[in-house]
Amino acid sequence: MDWLDQQQQNFDSLQNFGPRLWDGFLLTVQLTLVGAAMAFVIAVILGLMAGSPNLWLRGPARIIIEFFRGTSLLVQLFWVYYVLPLFGLTLESAFTVGVIALGVNYGAYGAEAVRASLTSVASGQWEATVALSMSWTHKIRRVIFPQAWALMIPSLANLLVHLMKGSAIVYIVGLNDFNFELDQFRRVTSAWFSYAFVGLIGYFAFALVLTQGMRLLEVRAKHRLGQGLSLREILSPAPKVPTSGVQPGGAS
Amino acid sequence: MPTPTDPEVPVIEFVDVEKRFGDNIVLKDLNFSVRRGERVTLIGPSGSGKTTILRLVMTLEELTGGYIFVDGEPLTHREKDGKRVAVSPKEQKKLRTRIGMVFQQFNLFPNMTVLENIVEAPIHVLGQSKAEATAKAHSLLEQVGLPDKADQHPLSLSGGQQQRVAIARALAMDPEILLLDEVTSALDPEVVGDVLNILRKVADTTNVTMLIVTHEMSFARDVSHKVMMFDGGRVIEEGSPEKIFSDPSQERTKQFLSAVLRDA
Repeated sequence: MDWLDQQQQNFDSLQNFGPRLWDGFLLTVQLTLVGAAMAFVIAVILGLMAGSPNLWLRGPARIIIEFFRGTSLLVQLFWVYYVLPLFGLTLESAFTVGVIALGVNYGAYGAEAVRASLTSVASGQWEATVALSMSWTHKIRRVIFPQAWALMIPSLANLLVHLMKGSAIVYIVGLNDFNFELDQFRRVTSAWFSYAFVGLIGYFAFALVLTQGMRLLEVRAKHRLGQGLSLREILSPAPKVPTSGVQPGGAS
Repeated sequence: MPTPTDPEVPVIEFVDVEKRFGDNIVLKDLNFSVRRGERVTLIGPSGSGKTTILRLVMTLEELTGGYIFVDGEPLTHREKDGKRVAVSPKEQKKLRTRIGMVFQQFNLFPNMTVLENIVEAPIHVLGQSKAEATAKAHSLLEQVGLPDKADQHPLSLSGGQQQRVAIARALAMDPEILLLDEVTSALDPEVVGDVLNILRKVADTTNVTMLIVTHEMSFARDVSHKVMMFDGGRVIEEGSPEKIFSDPSQERTKQFLSAVLRDA
């Protein structure tokens, strides 16, 4: 059997296997998006706590962050799925288990990005909020976080892609994600065709969508701070005229 | 006994104030008071502690010794059974809403328009209605000569315009005390006059108490009732602007003024 026939067979199998691979891919998409949403909430809460001058908030946040950063995702999955039930804490679905493990693990990493970008907001901005007697929640919500948001997006975009790739190990708690289905597919084709071709394209395409989505978020966030072009200007096919954007620090 | 001493209750009173950063003492045994409506200018070489005084009043720095009173009430600490006890955050906030500050670097919020910058605190801190705050903001923008900039983005304005918005933002809170921290130092020379004229007008038309740190000696001469010369964290001379600028008694003051006026 020559190489071409082999590929012919592989693509035939792909057609038969297609729906299962697609279901697996969709599960990976769901795990990534729901896991990322959970990780983001955890990152913001822990990041705000870790950036607080109050030791009673900062201390616990640091311990949680270091713990979940310092243990692997695999170990955390095992804990949530196999060990917590021994203490009477059983989670209904494997999907929830996967989302929680992804959420706490990448949330801990994200907390560092949130904390770092909060401290990167110019000290003059914090001082202005004091001079206007804003409460802590008010200043964070209306002044500091919107500015920190633009700074943290690049780090969060990195973590989002990591999280997507991290989701590939959830099959160990019995989820039929893209990676699991690729492994099934490998049995009827080859490691090359399944992982190195179909898997590569699937994961890469999803990662590309995620990073480009985050890039657009960043453009929008920066434009709201008066930096760079608006989303509409970036996406429009017409030539980009820089003068139509807001020019920071214009002449007097 | 650290209680206000002036019978008519000064708006700001410093009693034995000491400020240190680590081992570095910036202010020591500082005592002075400012009456209602009084404009006091702090002059002196950089590093003499002038800006630190404004930052202490705005609670941007922690007071390490002594007491500051605003309207006769302790701003950061009170004496209780011979000990310094911190005041509650609520008490401090009540006093702090009476104090406004304009910074050297403007510090406008870049995520808001000019109008939003001005109405944000009046609505969410003072609880004014949106309509009330907006009407006030427009009249303040008129007052600082920027009636058509309400919907602009702060960073699209020039430095001088940004500082005028910052002044409007501080005045929108109806402060009893306005702290001006080198408000023209970051501006191009040709727009300094505009900003100072707006502040002169505020000084002429309101009764707001001003504590000013500036290197603009002609402005200090025009608006202030009292000038205090600082050096090494202490007041070395104080008096009316006429007295300080034309006939200073301290050699250090003469030196400083001749250096500053030569640069100007």
